[in-house]
Amino acid sequence: MTTLPATREFASVQIADELPELQIPLTRTLIVATAIATRDYQVVHHDPTVAAERGSQDIIMNILTSNAFVGRFVTDWSGPNCFIRSVKVRLGAPNYPGDTMIITGSVTEKNEQTKTVTIAVKGSNSMGDHMNATVEVVLP
Amino acid sequence: MSTTAADIIVDITPQEKDSFYAQLQTFVGLEIGEPVIAPDEVNAAMIRHLVETVGDDNPIYTNPELALASVHGGIVAPPTMLQAWVMMSFKGPKLTGESPYEKMNQLLFSRGFTSVLGTNSEQTYERYLRPGDQLTMRTVIDSISNEKSTGLGTGHFVGTRQDYYDANNQLVGSMLFRIFRFKPAAKAPVSKPRPARPRPATTHDNQWWFDALDEGVLYAQGCGQCSQVRFPTGPMCPSCHSLKWTKVEMPLSGSIHSFVVAHYPQVPSFDYPLPILLVDLDPVDAPGGDKIRMVMNSADTDLESLVIGARVRIDIRSTDPDMKLPFAIVETPPSNGASA
Repeated sequence: MTTLPATREFASVQIADELPELQIPLTRTLIVATAIATRDYQVVHHDPTVAAERGSQDIIMNILTSNAFVGRFVTDWSGPNCFIRSVKVRLGAPNYPGDTMIITGSVTEKNEQTKTVTIAVKGSNSMGDHMNATVEVVLP
Repeated sequence: MSTTAADIIVDITPQEKDSFYAQLQTFVGLEIGEPVIAPDEVNAAMIRHLVETVGDDNPIYTNPELALASVHGGIVAPPTMLQAWVMMSFKGPKLTGESPYEKMNQLLFSRGFTSVLGTNSEQTYERYLRPGDQLTMRTVIDSISNEKSTGLGTGHFVGTRQDYYDANNQLVGSMLFRIFRFKPAAKAPVSKPRPARPRPATTHDNQWWFDALDEGVLYAQGCGQCSQVRFPTGPMCPSCHSLKWTKVEMPLSGSIHSFVVAHYPQVPSFDYPLPILLVDLDPVDAPGGDKIRMVMNSADTDLESLVIGARVRIDIRSTDPDMKLPFAIVETPPSNGASA
């Protein structure tokens, strides 16, 4: 990358605009690597034997990583010159290895005074909704 | 934790539950323990590790020149990485048994709420963090719910608020984190026989109706004076107030007026999801004979076939050796396709 990618302008965004879908193949390596990269050493994020003893069918993605994917999903669309004000995530079905998470989202609100756009984000896997998130992002 | 499974108190009374809840509430508003000082400054290496693994190509996190050209004026950390800076070390937390958070958890553990699940993470950012930022986090117990039942089991939602400060003691971000501390729902017992379906409350006014089901007949009640047909059964005609009555045999067919599908809470005598139907019975030739509705479960029917207006056949079946009840079976319309 040699030039800064463009940033979406507040005026160009309309309510109900959809963000490009993001598909995340949930490999075992991804789940373990992201847990360690967020310094989360909880065993349910890397040890399938202990995860099974605790009643989980396999290891699961950690919450910090779900948050990080929400951030990526929004700035992939908005571009770099934005300010993410808040990321609120409600968690549901766990992300197990071998599944795929599909992240979708759309613009639900625009605040003209603060130039803030609210985006509803959903991450779903084969079992249902992994997460439902609300993101506030300030655009130029 | 020193509590063992043998100490777990179960089957407490509503009064004990109230006093337990009141005891839990004393923790709300308390700081969970000492502030956490991030073991590392915000740094480019940890930022790069994370954005690499989640595939985030935003140049403001890793490319110094492009980050400088952006509104951020230099490398910043992904805002959602806030919590990563204060995660506990590989060696685990320093437990003293004395901090309010540990005491609250011990109390929950003592009542069997031993499992934990993260349910909500709500982060708000005052500014993006830059390499060199040294964070301190203070955490307060924000809320503890009363006992809730979910698909996972019963327990209490515990909310904590984490406030993150920089070296100048300025707030840089906050996070509300909610977990569910619960008693795992018992797995379906294989050896235990299923308890019988709860019996309907029978009275002088309805016993004859249940007795007729034992003979395979479905009745409504008719007025002995004005002939108005009514259901459920009762001593007096709501139309003319006569106490005289007759039995009116109803057809074993009708259509779905409405229905619900119960998922939770689950009573062990039933299979779930459990459809509960309100059925419009086919009419009989008498005043009010076209307005008789009965509540019943369905049988031999897929959830997908449950549609308001669908035709049903009524089958009277045994639910235990001494009880028969009506069940609605949706009549699947003959398929239009050439399936033969």
